[in-house]
Amino acid sequence: MSEAYIRVENLKKYFATKRGMLHAVDDVSFEIQKGETLGLVGESGCGKSTLGRCLIKLLDSTSGKVLLQDEKGYVDITKASPREMKELRKRVQIVFQDPYSCLNPRLSVWELIAEPLIVNKIYSDKNEMRRRIRSLMDTVGLAERLENSYPHELDGGRRQRIGIARSLALNPEFIVLDEPVSALDVCIQAQILNLLNSLQKEFKYTYVFISHNLSVVRHVSDRIAVMYLGQIVELSDYKELFSQPLHPYTQALLSAIPLAKLEVKRERIILEGDVPSPIEPPNVCRFAGRCRYAKEICKSKAPALIEVMKGHFAACHFAKDFIKGE
Amino acid sequence: MNDKIMLDIQDLTIHYEVESGVVHAVEGLNLTLGRGESLGFVGETGAGKTTTALGIMRLIPNPPGKIKSGKIIFDGENLLDKSEAEMRKIRGEKIAMIFQDPMTSLNPVITVDKQIAEMISLHKKVSHSEALKLAGDMLELVGIRRERMHDYPHQFSGGMKQRVVIAIALACDPELLIADEPTTALDVTIQAQVLELMKELKQKFSASMILITHDLGIVADICDKVAIMYAGRVVEYADKRSLYTNPVHPYTIGLFRSVPDIDEDVDELPVIPGLMPDPVNLPSGCAFHPRCSMAEETCKTLRPEMQEAEPGHFAACPVCVKKFLERSGK
Repeated sequence: MSEAYIRVENLKKYFATKRGMLHAVDDVSFEIQKGETLGLVGESGCGKSTLGRCLIKLLDSTSGKVLLQDEKGYVDITKASPREMKELRKRVQIVFQDPYSCLNPRLSVWELIAEPLIVNKIYSDKNEMRRRIRSLMDTVGLAERLENSYPHELDGGRRQRIGIARSLALNPEFIVLDEPVSALDVCIQAQILNLLNSLQKEFKYTYVFISHNLSVVRHVSDRIAVMYLGQIVELSDYKELFSQPLHPYTQALLSAIPLAKLEVKRERIILEGDVPSPIEPPNVCRFAGRCRYAKEICKSKAPALIEVMKGHFAACHFAKDFIKGE
Repeated sequence: MNDKIMLDIQDLTIHYEVESGVVHAVEGLNLTLGRGESLGFVGETGAGKTTTALGIMRLIPNPPGKIKSGKIIFDGENLLDKSEAEMRKIRGEKIAMIFQDPMTSLNPVITVDKQIAEMISLHKKVSHSEALKLAGDMLELVGIRRERMHDYPHQFSGGMKQRVVIAIALACDPELLIADEPTTALDVTIQAQVLELMKELKQKFSASMILITHDLGIVADICDKVAIMYAGRVVEYADKRSLYTNPVHPYTIGLFRSVPDIDEDVDELPVIPGLMPDPVNLPSGCAFHPRCSMAEETCKTLRPEMQEAEPGHFAACPVCVKKFLERSGK
């Protein structure tokens, strides 16, 4: 394997609450290769958005490292000073979930896209900036006539295109996409997914794609990480994750996807109960309470995320038993 | 299954009259639902699904909303002729509705048992304590322990709240249940739990159901019939099997294709070009023609009527129905 582009080491993010420490992201380590899309799936509250934000230091991490490759080796984003961060922001960007609330309603499309360019003083020449904004609008598929429109005049798909144009404005290398299509209808969703895909091909972006929609994640990702209660429970190539899930939570998650097909007969694994509280979780397998395979060891010892098959990691004491064909 | 028709919507038109013009939310909609059937009502945001449901319940906010014409025949009687007092008897007792967001459809300052009991005392002659006891039974039925009946909504998780809402809806044993995106706000594993529960209860109560959703996967899971809605009209209606195996209308086909397939790798998703038309300003003829790859000259002027492609399978696209008949005729 080549040098990783981003290395996340033992990243933790705790929030202090009245009832104790909330372990939003709890000791997570993984690598991202240059130009790949890492899908991050999990249910509400599993810490996927928090992790995404820690990756680009929109949230300060409690401990751990996020190492980003540069000419000299690696820089640790979590330790970057505000001044260093301002430079780094040009390389790492984010697209938010809700295109209705992440755009300033009082700025026009033109002003919204110009904002990052002005803040970072990229262009001294007005005409150059004009050309850049035009080309950005063109790249994300916004018609020129919309440049004086305000967000409320546009539909969700177009608003999300503005969000994407803003994140592309500074020529980033790495983009965190936090549920970029969850608020959109399926037809618009397909349009945006195609746009993100073609942008990645053209500009070689590295994506982290956060979503709760497994079919969408499978479509866009090269590798997929499944999160449960602040931890990564499985990480693998996208195809293998779907054909051979090694963690019981992944298996349940996959079986719960409603498929728009009739012929397929699947066994549906219905999980009992809800996700337990992330506040001061005990140091055991966090899925054990809902797991149908749980044994004594699961309730006394936390499983580590280990490489069960080549390139396929799982955090389950019995992951080996789920390997097919052996 | 009983062939008797329970709900027959004829030529329903609902408009919202707003400053910028008239919003054609529902335009000449026709739909029938048999007793014990469950119908999936599919379409994108703004297609008019929720407006239709609110129309059946006579809950369209007026102004600006107005039912302009049509009939909603329920159990042989036109709901649009009913007085407000008569409607109040029907709502909850005969027709119950489950709303999308369980967080906002429950009263946050009243314990859940009282909220269920409220529905029961409104429609049945029972004492207060009897109603509370029935409320506890309902909670157990939807899988919530009786000990929790004195809890407030915020003490429950999203999935549990939706169970409470379902308990309220079913408390008076309604004949028709309208569920408006009941699981959209829930996570997939919780969604699976709630869908499983709804399937079970539908059997138990032998109620008819209209399930409003944008997710073709959920429809495949629990419905018998499917109606696809576009710009205020039903464009395709069929039983589930024939719609999923032989979709006829180009919009339905496009909808199926834009969902990423879980077993297949595609580089680019096939998309329907363009956007939903502005309901204030619908295109002439077939509302879908500007986005349709198969559109012919006549589509621009002629409003398509529903035609039968195979028994029980209707589509509002003469061009495609003709092609479909030619294909199956050989």
